[in-house]
Amino acid sequence: MLYREAGQFKSTYAADQQIFPIRQDRIAVTLLLLVAFIGVPLFANEYWLSAILVPFLIFALAALGLNILTGYAGQLSLGTAAFMAVGAFMAYNFVLRMPWLGVIPSFILAGLCASAVGIVFGLPSLRIKGFYLAVATLACQFFVLWAIQRIGWFTNNSSTGVITAQTIEILGHTFDTPQSKYLLTLGIVAVLALLAKNLMRSETGRAFMAVRDMDVAASVIGIPMMKTKLLAFAISSFYCGVAGAMYAYTYLGTVEPEAFTLDLSFRILFMIIIGGVGSILGSFLGAAFITLLPIFLNVFFGALSHTFGLDISHAIVSNIELMIFGGLIIFFLIVEPHGLARLWQIAKEKLRLWPFPH
Amino acid sequence: MKRMTIAVALVAASAFSGTALAQAKEQFVPANFYWVGPYAPGGSGFGGGIIDFMMMINERDGGVNGVKLTWDKCETEYNNARGVECYERQKNKGPTGATVVHPLSTGITYSILEKATADKIPVISMGYGRTDASDGRVFPYIFPLITNYWSQNTAKIKFIGQKEGGMDKLKGKKIVNLYHDSAYGKETIPVLDVQAKKYGFQVTHIAVPHPGNEQQSQWLQIRQIRPDWVILRGWGVMNPTAIKTAARTGFPREKMLGVWWSGAEEDVIPAGDAAKGYYAAAFNLPGTQHPVMKDILKYVYGKGKGEFTDKSRIGSIYHTRGVVAGIITVEAIRTAQAKFGKGKPITGEQMQWGIENLNLDAKRLKELGATDLMQPLKVSCKDHEGGGAVKFMQWDGRAWKVVSDWIPSDQSIVRPMIEESAAQYAKEKGIKPRDC
Repeated sequence: MLYREAGQFKSTYAADQQIFPIRQDRIAVTLLLLVAFIGVPLFANEYWLSAILVPFLIFALAALGLNILTGYAGQLSLGTAAFMAVGAFMAYNFVLRMPWLGVIPSFILAGLCASAVGIVFGLPSLRIKGFYLAVATLACQFFVLWAIQRIGWFTNNSSTGVITAQTIEILGHTFDTPQSKYLLTLGIVAVLALLAKNLMRSETGRAFMAVRDMDVAASVIGIPMMKTKLLAFAISSFYCGVAGAMYAYTYLGTVEPEAFTLDLSFRILFMIIIGGVGSILGSFLGAAFITLLPIFLNVFFGALSHTFGLDISHAIVSNIELMIFGGLIIFFLIVEPHGLARLWQIAKEKLRLWPFPH
Repeated sequence: MKRMTIAVALVAASAFSGTALAQAKEQFVPANFYWVGPYAPGGSGFGGGIIDFMMMINERDGGVNGVKLTWDKCETEYNNARGVECYERQKNKGPTGATVVHPLSTGITYSILEKATADKIPVISMGYGRTDASDGRVFPYIFPLITNYWSQNTAKIKFIGQKEGGMDKLKGKKIVNLYHDSAYGKETIPVLDVQAKKYGFQVTHIAVPHPGNEQQSQWLQIRQIRPDWVILRGWGVMNPTAIKTAARTGFPREKMLGVWWSGAEEDVIPAGDAAKGYYAAAFNLPGTQHPVMKDILKYVYGKGKGEFTDKSRIGSIYHTRGVVAGIITVEAIRTAQAKFGKGKPITGEQMQWGIENLNLDAKRLKELGATDLMQPLKVSCKDHEGGGAVKFMQWDGRAWKVVSDWIPSDQSIVRPMIEESAAQYAKEKGIKPRDC
């Protein structure tokens, strides 16, 4: 009843092509951004900001990066964590060795370094597809970690391989409180998400999707294969690289190469599968599901045993969490293989007809 | 079944009334450990030990001077991100917030180091963590108590020297450092290199990637090197695999020396007979013969409580290590209470003073019933390590046998390295070291 586009006429092309053509969507998104930028820092406590929201945003950005590559351009990759590692360690080196550069340019340069690595390891995609490409990107995963662990330059010769992120200072303002770190993360993620959304609606994005849907047909209609595929790798790795830099700087503060193992690549792949392959919103939903659900289950079972005074062995509780988590993933994949984003879309369509479905 | 239901109901009732009465007089200690994953034996054993000890203090003495100890479990999965989440979740619980954190992971210790310092919550990384944090002037809130990795390592080389018949006999010997490829594993590389130069032995560092359940190529390399000793710096499933692979490649287990995270029952029992003769370091000893362990059996397990359903784990290495952590925690709370008010919950900042002024001499250890369970410990503002001696044990196929005295570490090597490394950290971070 409320969610209906009746009466909203578009008289210009610009109005027709805007990101959110329905007025209610625009209001909802504006409200969401207002809450995220103003409400949350005012009211959320430190735990929510630094242990829940910041990692959620960072993983959402990494998932968004992978979604550009896998969801839009159709190139399966298992190197996400490696690109994040490149971003984290290069950002550290840029800030360390060129302190006059500033943090944000260092993040961008770190992202570009990740892009370069992405292009190199994206080259096999010109010849191989699907699972074989995934195996080729595995090489990237192992090679990058090996290089960071073995070449002292990356970690500034730290004997343990652990780097400690420097303080973030932008224009004389120090980002050291959970609120400011959250706002910085949110700002970067919001800008990059907007860019991604627009990019996917542009000619480049349509070329990505054409390659995904059928690359032979795409090349027949004149889409350059090499340029499109490598561009997809470059943009995707850039997003992952920036996410990795923020993982080190606004989230943990110290990182070791082992933080970026294959496990993390898989987690991010699961995020886009659960959230929705080929959807910007899906990256956020998937990241929320994968990062928040285990914590929620942990808190939930803790509260359960407190309220009922049940003395369940904690080992059992911890294992049950993993089982429920796995079970839910399987459930979602069976019920909605297109992910949470698709569920959201269905809900919106239903809402348009409600309360008088045909 | 019915009896169990009643028991559960009784436990619940007593838990509720207990919390209601002692609302203000509580001291909260987070229990951020791990009960799942490849490192669960260590996490659940250590966590079980510290919780059992605190439970015993509550049951036997009614808390520390009447202040009940409370705790909440949080699963970290030995994962840095989850560890940070647990830290943030737990830090404001209880009337005075988290008293002290035992991260039980070198990685998590690194991840919360700055947060904890800013929040004024002490971190005890007992026998693990960032080694140069032993310099209390730069790291006021971080306590790698009893013995840090570098100290342990010098004691280990001394032990090898003893076995070889004198430190001068080390010249020309070959030692392989087989390490877990993580921050934890890499921590001892620099100190080994320094000692290799000093004593004239050759050291080769060989990495085993996480989780370490496949070591064929590493042991092939070891066979080519033909070392006199192999130092096993493993963790979790890597340890039994190393011992088994050593047996398969014919390397004598009597020449294998594990660090203390490679020296628990859980590390050798899965290797079966292959583990016979294997040495390991320890800063706490196993067993249930110590009076404090008897008290835990009497007041905790005797009342049907306790963390372990598998009773054979009581008194295992990880369990007693947790008990040692419990003793240190409770004694530091007692020390802080003596200064800031007996019978009152203390804050993290006061706890920092308590740990820094902790003095567990032989007499106090005897009163605690922990003589021989651990070594005397004296912490100071400058020295956040306190102990520094290590014992060595040998696995005889069924139990760990102690084969050495407390071997002191070589602080003439370790301390300058710690101070240099800490000073570099202070410079990078712009920290002004405290005056001690």
